[in-house]
Amino acid sequence: MKLIRYQAPNSTQWPALDRWSNLRDELNSFFDMPFWSGFGRTDQLFTGWSPALDLYESGDHVVAVVELPGMRKEDIEISLHDGTLTISGERKRESNNGEAAQRTERYVGTFRRSIALPTRVDPSKVTATYQDGILKVTLAKAEEAKPKQIQVS
Amino acid sequence: MNTLTRENRESDRSQAEQFITPPASVTEIGDGYMLEIEMPGVKKDGLEISVENNELTIIGRRSLPAMEGTLIHRESRPENFRRMFEIDPSIDADKISAKIDQGLVTLTLPKAEHVKPRKIAVS
Repeated sequence: MKLIRYQAPNSTQWPALDRWSNLRDELNSFFDMPFWSGFGRTDQLFTGWSPALDLYESGDHVVAVVELPGMRKEDIEISLHDGTLTISGERKRESNNGEAAQRTERYVGTFRRSIALPTRVDPSKVTATYQDGILKVTLAKAEEAKPKQIQVS
Repeated sequence: MNTLTRENRESDRSQAEQFITPPASVTEIGDGYMLEIEMPGVKKDGLEISVENNELTIIGRRSLPAMEGTLIHRESRPENFRRMFEIDPSIDADKISAKIDQGLVTLTLPKAEHVKPRKIAVS
């Protein structure tokens, strides 16, 4: 199984100062967590937003579950190309008038995740839902990739 | 004075349940602060917000639907979310309001109508 993590080069849109404060917070929370748990998020520091992605496989389907809190449905894009599923989008900064950020840990800007799927899927049978900040993409396996029962005659 | 949020991390350590610390942002708005915390997978029912001794605690418990099939790749964390803040005395704790939309918790923390100067009687 291949899982390719791809980061778009344009995914860093933060002003330098924000990144420093983010680094500080990241270090603070690093020490706060169980010793093994800080690693998952450290890559995010240097590459922008890389939402957590889980992949499930059943007999007929492959399901990708992505944590995308606080997005609008219309700002999420899903594409399938050559057996690679790509989820991308942009989280926009809300209106800025008269507001002053005190502390910014939430990532604002674009993100892109690509995953090589473990089996062939039928591109015409892809559905997606977005609920409670979780995107769920369900891909039906192509006929030839489904498990087959062979009758013994 | 204006810092809404001195984080309280010390009190985390003694408790048995493990939480993860979700990303949060604090923005000063006209007459108070807006606090946004990312809690994907948390519904309104799973959200627990309390203020005790000037300490604001936000706990989000996830209710994820059971998935069919085998998990073949995982990056998400199974723990629930918790974030704690010490709130500035200028904030009216009784008027804190919260909503959750698509896994993003938004708290509005208005400043008190008057931050009255206190008189101290000399006896």
